[in-house]
Amino acid sequence: MSEISEQELSEYRSEAAAWFAENTEAEPGFMLPLTFMEVGTDQQFNFLRDWQNKVYEAGYLGANWPKEYGGGGLDQKFQNIATEEMAKANGPIMLNAIGLNWAGPLILDMGTEDERKRYIKGILSAEDIWCQGFSEPENGSDLGNAQTKAVRDGDDWVLNGSKIWTTQGNFAKYMILLARTNPDAPNKYAGLSFFLSPMQVEGVETVPIRKLTGEYGFTQTFFTDARIPGDSLMGKEGEGWLVAMRTLEYERGVKGGQPGGYVMRASDPMEIVDLARKATRGGKPALEDPVIKDKLVQLMIEARGLQLHGKRGHIQPLVQDKPASLALSSKLVATELSRRIYEFAMTLQGQRGAYYVGEPDAYDEGLWQRGYLNSFSATIGGGTSQIQRNIIGEHVLGLPKS
Amino acid sequence: MSKRATIGFSEEQAQLLEVATTFCRDKSPVEKVRSLLSDDRGYDEAIWTEMAELGWLAIAVPEEFGGIGLGLAEVVPVVEQMGRTLMAGPFVGTTLAAQAVLVGGTDEQKQKYLADLCAGKKAALALSEPHGDWDLTHVECKAERAGDSLKLSGRKTFVENAEAADLLLVSVSLEGAPALVIIDRGALPDGALRRETVIDETRRSYQVTLDGVEVSSAALLDPAKSIEALTHLDLCASLLLSAEMCGGAASCIDYTVDYLQTRKQFGKKIGSYQALKHPIVDAHVGYEQARSHLYCAAFNFTQQGEGEVATRMAKSQAGDALSYAADRAIQFHGGFGFTYDCDAQLYRRRSLWCENQHGDAAYHRSKLAGLLL
Ligand SMILES: Cc1cc2nc3c(=O)[nH]c(=O)nc-3n(C[C@H](O)[C@H](O)[C@H](O)COP(=O)(O)OP(=O)(O)OC[C@H]3O[C@@H](n4cnc5c(N)ncnc54)[C@H](O)[C@@H]3O)c2cc1C
Repeated sequence: MSEISEQELSEYRSEAAAWFAENTEAEPGFMLPLTFMEVGTDQQFNFLRDWQNKVYEAGYLGANWPKEYGGGGLDQKFQNIATEEMAKANGPIMLNAIGLNWAGPLILDMGTEDERKRYIKGILSAEDIWCQGFSEPENGSDLGNAQTKAVRDGDDWVLNGSKIWTTQGNFAKYMILLARTNPDAPNKYAGLSFFLSPMQVEGVETVPIRKLTGEYGFTQTFFTDARIPGDSLMGKEGEGWLVAMRTLEYERGVKGGQPGGYVMRASDPMEIVDLARKATRGGKPALEDPVIKDKLVQLMIEARGLQLHGKRGHIQPLVQDKPASLALSSKLVATELSRRIYEFAMTLQGQRGAYYVGEPDAYDEGLWQRGYLNSFSATIGGGTSQIQRNIIGEHVLGLPKS
Repeated sequence: MSKRATIGFSEEQAQLLEVATTFCRDKSPVEKVRSLLSDDRGYDEAIWTEMAELGWLAIAVPEEFGGIGLGLAEVVPVVEQMGRTLMAGPFVGTTLAAQAVLVGGTDEQKQKYLADLCAGKKAALALSEPHGDWDLTHVECKAERAGDSLKLSGRKTFVENAEAADLLLVSVSLEGAPALVIIDRGALPDGALRRETVIDETRRSYQVTLDGVEVSSAALLDPAKSIEALTHLDLCASLLLSAEMCGGAASCIDYTVDYLQTRKQFGKKIGSYQALKHPIVDAHVGYEQARSHLYCAAFNFTQQGEGEVATRMAKSQAGDALSYAADRAIQFHGGFGFTYDCDAQLYRRRSLWCENQHGDAAYHRSKLAGLLL
């Protein structure tokens, strides 16, 4: 590939900046989700679907994905720039997170030509919303023990069982599904297979679950003799665990190749500085309290450390001691930091920290309170922080299994 | 955050990192560190000579003064590896003294001292005083002019390697303002040095009584630059302490992980218990944060403003990381952790020393609050 000139990149940046300045709608008149796990109403869903589609049509999503499947065919650098400009313009999140960040890269990576042609474009355009059927009521962290059954019947597969915590399950057209095809396999992992499974078929039912915020965002998904076509199977029968593990690498950001944009608004401790100016302590802005300042600076240090990891990760001599370390720890560090930022933002409000969304006197419309409650979505979803610590302990430090 | 912080890594940094990793591992195995604990000098003169021959003392000195012409960014990987192997000696003191002369010295002083410091002459920093204030401009020791000489008085503390040093860089108050003088150790009268008992037994720390010391006024660094030189020294020292602590944290974690992988209780390796596994992961994650900050600080060190922010963040994060790792290292070794034979104490003592030199984590955060909020 020929070298990309700085000028080319900076022109692209100006175009992207201008586009986002022109097209980003700041205040649609209702509260927008801060993460893809908070899409609770049709109004939010429709708005975000249109937004993603518009960004894609303009070429600022999937610019780095191959042209033949619907991407822009450009170098990763261009998409990075577009994503940065999207963030600068404070644009809403990309809706189709599971399609964009897990299923899409997975299909490009391990899928067949036919699967790529069939699915990638709809993922980018938000025409086809994806969900993930991994967790079950009885098997969450112990994903390998999943029991939802898929039984071959003629050309089809017949599904029975239940998945739970299915983000956007009620909106989805497809599910990446981990199901048990062989209950008698020599070990629990070998009995699993991976499916790109249609949702709009008879026998699939989604029931919304109310979150701790009182809103909606995920469902329980029931399969009752649901019949899906034979070619829904991805990879080989009995190799589902392998595909699921690769999916989790994309989900946790251990592997790159995502089409850009963001599906969660990053929490920046600098935003709390404004809040700390408004809130008061002893008749003065909370920001003048040395204890508040100390905590704020601590969070800023950690936020910056995380940002620096991205740079250091590319400097081989500085990661060679434990090459997987930064990638495997980024989910833990980022999500726990985000939770603590929100928590701190609440505590510095004094008494008014007890207000909630809907109360006119709440600081910033109660955003911090809601953000705090929602922040657990990321410390639990995608593998809990405790599981992440097990993974780092075992795969980075080489400790024995728990 | 106003600007996005970043890291760059030079070819020279990479080479020095590689060479220093092997050198320190070979020259400073823990048996050697332990044998030096009871040594008067506290370091191996032969290794010092080798380091001088490798050119490490010349790294951050410009070529015109006999140096290699790189910067402190290139010293960082070397000190990090020394920290990793708990190596001690006058390397950092000598490097910092050269920095002080570079920033605050007169042309004659640069000519006179820098080439020697690059070649292996040793220097010690006498900046602290009994009041224990981390503010280096809080100086109560005095210099008074007497004709063409300066009469010094007062007491300096935490002067590392004063006994072994050829030169001492001393902060004093001259005509009411902080000033720096560089003196031959030979100018000190007998009995001017008293070895201090300090928590990090790898270090040799002294009190220096200046009463009765008289030096030529040629020993005075440029008084117009003394604040600048002290500020620079403080940041340079903080950067190198961060490097030392990062290296220490890495090996402290390795040491503990090794035990968790081998020691068995209740029929299982203790590393399988999450009460141990998860905190050691937290220690590791904290160390990784510190290391990213360290190399960010190294890269940005010469940038006005950004250099200070990055360095203070590095010192704060490295201090917390090593303290936590070493504190847990003691606990996770059980009864053995409580013994002198367990290396956990070496790391914990090291961390307490480093934290308490040039400001602990909270001190740097309070400085950062002033810079960022
Ligand atoms: C907002 C949100 C959205 C989600 N979206 C999806 C989705 O779209 N698709 C999907 O498939 N799943 C989804 N999940 C499910 C998520 O992946 C699971 O909740 C998670 O993996 C934990 O499983 P569990 O809920 O069964 O908890 P459990 O596994 O029962 O865990 C309970 C507690 O025990 C701890 N624990 C469990 N095992 C261990 C261990 N070995 N060591 C130490 N501690 C342990 C956990 O950390 C946790 O604190 C979502 C979850 C949330 C919160």
